Amino acid sequence: MSVVEHIPTTTRGRLATVVAVAAAWAGLYWLNGQVWDRLLDDLLGLDPDARVTESLHFFLFDTVKIALLLTGIIFVITVARSYMSVERTRALLGGRREGVGNVMAAGLGVVTPFCSCSAVPAFIGFVAAGVPIGVTLSFLIASPLVNEVAIGLLLTMFGFEVTLAYVGAGVSVAIVAGWVLGRLGVERWVEPFVFETRLGGQLVDDTAALTFNQRLQMGAEEVASILRRIWPYLLVGIGLGAVIHGWAPEDLFTRYAGPGNPFAVLVAVLIGIPLYSNAAGIMPLVVALHDKGLPMGTLLAFMMAVVALSLPELILLRRVLRVPLLVTYVAVVAAGIVAVGYLFNLLLA
Amino acid sequence: MQVKVLGPGCKNCVALEKATHEAIDRLGLDATVEKVTDYAEIAGYGVMATPALVVDEKVVSSGRVLTPTAIQELLTSVTAHRAS
Repeated sequence: MSVVEHIPTTTRGRLATVVAVAAAWAGLYWLNGQVWDRLLDDLLGLDPDARVTESLHFFLFDTVKIALLLTGIIFVITVARSYMSVERTRALLGGRREGVGNVMAAGLGVVTPFCSCSAVPAFIGFVAAGVPIGVTLSFLIASPLVNEVAIGLLLTMFGFEVTLAYVGAGVSVAIVAGWVLGRLGVERWVEPFVFETRLGGQLVDDTAALTFNQRLQMGAEEVASILRRIWPYLLVGIGLGAVIHGWAPEDLFTRYAGPGNPFAVLVAVLIGIPLYSNAAGIMPLVVALHDKGLPMGTLLAFMMAVVALSLPELILLRRVLRVPLLVTYVAVVAAGIVAVGYLFNLLLA
Repeated sequence: MQVKVLGPGCKNCVALEKATHEAIDRLGLDATVEKVTDYAEIAGYGVMATPALVVDEKVVSSGRVLTPTAIQELLTSVTAHRAS
């Protein structure tokens, strides 16, 4: 699929294309708000208050809504982030001391385009360039934790305040966890070959030379690649959300995980760590559970644990980090997420 | 011409390898394609984002799954550069 050949190269033509696509997107979004009521209630004659109808409506409406939101958000963020690269980030972090370095690394982890599948070469590249281990870890924690998909979805579903809280919390966890790990002197638990790796060759940073049409092309490619990867998670997440929405008794979750249970955040994080999904798959669940009265802090903590710590990523990192460091890594990050959950339950209540 | 695809074997790396083969076939080039999966060796090229593409020991792209057409352009520019 090549979009780039269909975009005019003149500024005017390009602007017209972008505006036309944006208008089509907005039209579909509006249509999604109208069509399901008509179809289910008027055309099929289903009882609008029946549980089946409510669940079905939730599923159909949310599937289209989330797919549209993700398409728009991923596209805009990919184009914006195409001006940043891992190479530039490393150059910015080289020679930084711990402390300031951790803060910068966590911030750059948010804005740098980075796939956790590159965690290992990036780790080696950073450490070989003299970036301290703790600072490198701050980057690697922040990158998946403060996720562009999650930011976009939170913003549209829960508003500015919750989104800001999420970003602030994620960055803070990454700063503190990286700093603590650095303090613990974890170098001895890093596989020795990392320190022996000599960086040869030249760095490629082809991001500066891209034309704007190429950046648009990258945005379109990224949308296609992410949607192709996450749609099963998305459908399962929305399906579960729909079932909870229609069938779960009002007080089922609040009784066990509501504000009355002091262990709710801890349990939510422990359940979230081994679960492997992504922000897009977890968000429909978060929305449904929030409707049922679960506090936002508990839900954000659950989401962060699912997104930040996953078994596949730990298995990847095992190639460069020894087991004691991996265990410490999980423990420190999990502790940070738990703290954030309790703090938000206090603040956002 | 010697082409290397750098990557630990993830989905994206397989996709890039496939696209590379297609580009070479289209151009009818006499080239070998080798997969490099060892992390130390990948890092040795200065690559921090996989998958990456190396042509004659020179990194030409990293962190992106290029389309066959884009790889064709890259390979053509390398051959043209060598001829001149």
